[in-house]
Amino acid sequence: MRKHPGLAEARLAPLLLKEITGFAGLSDQPLRLMEVCGTHTVAIFRSGIKSLLPSAIELLSGPGCPVCVTPTAEIDQAITLARQKDVILATFGDLMRVPGSSSTLQQERAQGRTIRVILSPLDALQLAAEHPDHVVCLFAVGFETTSPTIAAAVTEAGSQGLTNLYLLSSQRTIPPAIRALLANGMAQIDGFILPGHVSVIIGQAPYRFIAEEFGIPGVITGFEPLDILEGIYMLLKQKKEGRAAIEIQYRRAVAAEGNERARAIMAEVFAPVDANWRGLGMIPASGLALREAFSYLDAARHFALPYIEQGDAPGCLCGAVLQGIRRPPECPLFGTQCTPEEPIGACMVSTEGSCAAYYKYGGRP
Amino acid sequence: MKERRISLAHGAGGKLSHDLVQELFLPYLGSAPLQALDDSAVIPFETGQLAFTTDAYVVKPLFFPGGDIGRLAVCGTVNDLAMAGAQPLGLSAAFILEEGLLIADLERVLASMQAAGKEAGVQVVAGDTKVVEHGAIEGLFITTAGIGKIPAGVAIGSARTLPGDAIIVSGPLGDHEIAVLLARGEFSLQGAVKSDCAPLNKLVATMLAASGTIHSLRDPTRGGMATVLWEIAHASGVGVVVEEEEIPIRGEVRAVCNLLGFDPYYLANEGRLIAFVPEGAAKTILQAMQQHPLGKGAKLIGRAVVDHPGKVLLHTTLGGHRMLEPLSGVQFPRIC
Amino acid sequence: MCLGIPGKIVSITTNGLAAVDFDGIKREVSLMLCPEAEIGDYVLVHVGFALRRLEPEDAQETLRLFREIEESYREETPGAG
Repeated sequence: MRKHPGLAEARLAPLLLKEITGFAGLSDQPLRLMEVCGTHTVAIFRSGIKSLLPSAIELLSGPGCPVCVTPTAEIDQAITLARQKDVILATFGDLMRVPGSSSTLQQERAQGRTIRVILSPLDALQLAAEHPDHVVCLFAVGFETTSPTIAAAVTEAGSQGLTNLYLLSSQRTIPPAIRALLANGMAQIDGFILPGHVSVIIGQAPYRFIAEEFGIPGVITGFEPLDILEGIYMLLKQKKEGRAAIEIQYRRAVAAEGNERARAIMAEVFAPVDANWRGLGMIPASGLALREAFSYLDAARHFALPYIEQGDAPGCLCGAVLQGIRRPPECPLFGTQCTPEEPIGACMVSTEGSCAAYYKYGGRP
Repeated sequence: MKERRISLAHGAGGKLSHDLVQELFLPYLGSAPLQALDDSAVIPFETGQLAFTTDAYVVKPLFFPGGDIGRLAVCGTVNDLAMAGAQPLGLSAAFILEEGLLIADLERVLASMQAAGKEAGVQVVAGDTKVVEHGAIEGLFITTAGIGKIPAGVAIGSARTLPGDAIIVSGPLGDHEIAVLLARGEFSLQGAVKSDCAPLNKLVATMLAASGTIHSLRDPTRGGMATVLWEIAHASGVGVVVEEEEIPIRGEVRAVCNLLGFDPYYLANEGRLIAFVPEGAAKTILQAMQQHPLGKGAKLIGRAVVDHPGKVLLHTTLGGHRMLEPLSGVQFPRIC
Repeated sequence: MCLGIPGKIVSITTNGLAAVDFDGIKREVSLMLCPEAEIGDYVLVHVGFALRRLEPEDAQETLRLFREIEESYREETPGAG
């Protein structure tokens, strides 16, 4: 299925860029737009949009990289689980190289722990069914795009009567993080490129406070190059017209009301809890934990996992980068001690981390 | 053979070892030197330049659409030689067999090696077998070496690319790695992608016949196209610019990359080459490639430049650009 | 966040699973979050779940955007167009 049938990138892209450049020229200050979502950071680099935008537009990366914001303590919990006898740790591939305090899941696997990379939470159910003599622990990391699928898998596990499946929940939600960023006022943000796929689930309403309380426009944007250009265009148009509203660019996938059924399943299984975000600290009601009725699935409880928070390595600026206060090249470790081969901070490990994106794609010719 | 599976006795050097060689290896790989069953093959030596290479093959699963470990072993070794412009003179193959390997599987592998050898016009002239305990390896490993003759006047190497050279890829990228990934069934994806595994020595001969000069040749195996471009840029001290729109990738390969979050520019190929040729010869060479069965999908994808030596720039379909870095670590499937 | 890929539903089983085709690659996808999807629909898929039926590309919307930009260009450069 093509993205914009009938209108090739070749025709609309130059027009949008021209408009964007025009709008940017009207402002005497640089315009600082935050792309909340790590997938947007990567798409902006890979498509070459970064190289085409006028210098008057600064793009900041935000905290929407679930791997980047997962505290070391939770990686360590997953590692502890993997080290238990007869445990199969099921994880998305994104987590394999993230540094814990002294190891990574990839290193643990190399030393013989049973760690399986899954593509879907339902794969964890299949593992549990196939290995009745083992315990399968699903390491659930993600935002609202992923949480309904985890919830659905939990209810399905119940229907299947699986008794050897546990969940290590390391899930977070986006709007509280945006609120925390704006409330601490450290990053100056003129507009938000809002995450397209999280919005498929939560819709438009949870972002309204950005416009109504803080007077900042936001556009829910898709991930194709043309989507991103259109999203930036819509943001700048609002600025030019002196408006601040939440608009939807990603019309083909996002309904204003989101996916109610998905939210209902999420609410059935999970309750909001306070959560720690790497770099942002504790944000109230920004995480998801199993409700009491499902707490028997809680791996942290069942295995009595300790929660030992380590700080970031000295010099590591992941926290500032995730808040859009600093750019990756400003980190003293960037490109020297911290590289994709030997990452120190999560922003460099994650394929959609800001530092990894800058390192891989952002070099100057 | 009476036994259905390889046993440790097959590797012990006694009668069973002898029978294995006689009844299974020789019928498929039986070149004259192998038939002699001496400890070494003796090959007449001419003056000129020899290319020499070695490789190890550990692919899982052993069999996949478009090939198997045996075909891979022959083609991979022949291709290493071909990247120096050499035609293969002879290959060696050392087999490490797992105790319990089905003899029927071994036979399939050997038949495949025989067929691949015929395509390339080369034989296995020296061989060895060892058997290891069940569980020490999975199924079968093959280590090879190959020698080839480089035609007089041919000098191809990674450091020989000059600014202005045209960059040609011989066909769509990523087929091999995706075929093997699908065959492993790890992510429950189904699709009809076949490995591109093929011997490229005759394609290279066609290219040299069309226009005597090729500066650099590489087959983008592990690390893919991006890593090869970067290595050439480094070795030759040139910049490289490629056009995203021109790089051929099949729809199914792209779909798997989208689903798993892979970058197709880092996928392994086993029957493709990337050539760096003088600007003036590009059109002739491209046309000659497109007439050859293994070069039908050949495309001009970019050029070497004076600017940004050692770096690779991708012009995106949007009209912007970004850098292409060599592969770092292993690509894990991702959901974000 | 994250990878959401459009695919076409080619068949549906009784237990809420669909075979979805992504440009020639097929995978089983759960319709638990999107039970109204039917054979022939395009759905947005994330980690093996359909999140939403995709509306056919709203070509009207895109044309409207195109015209809007062209209009504003004409307004700002009198004599052009």
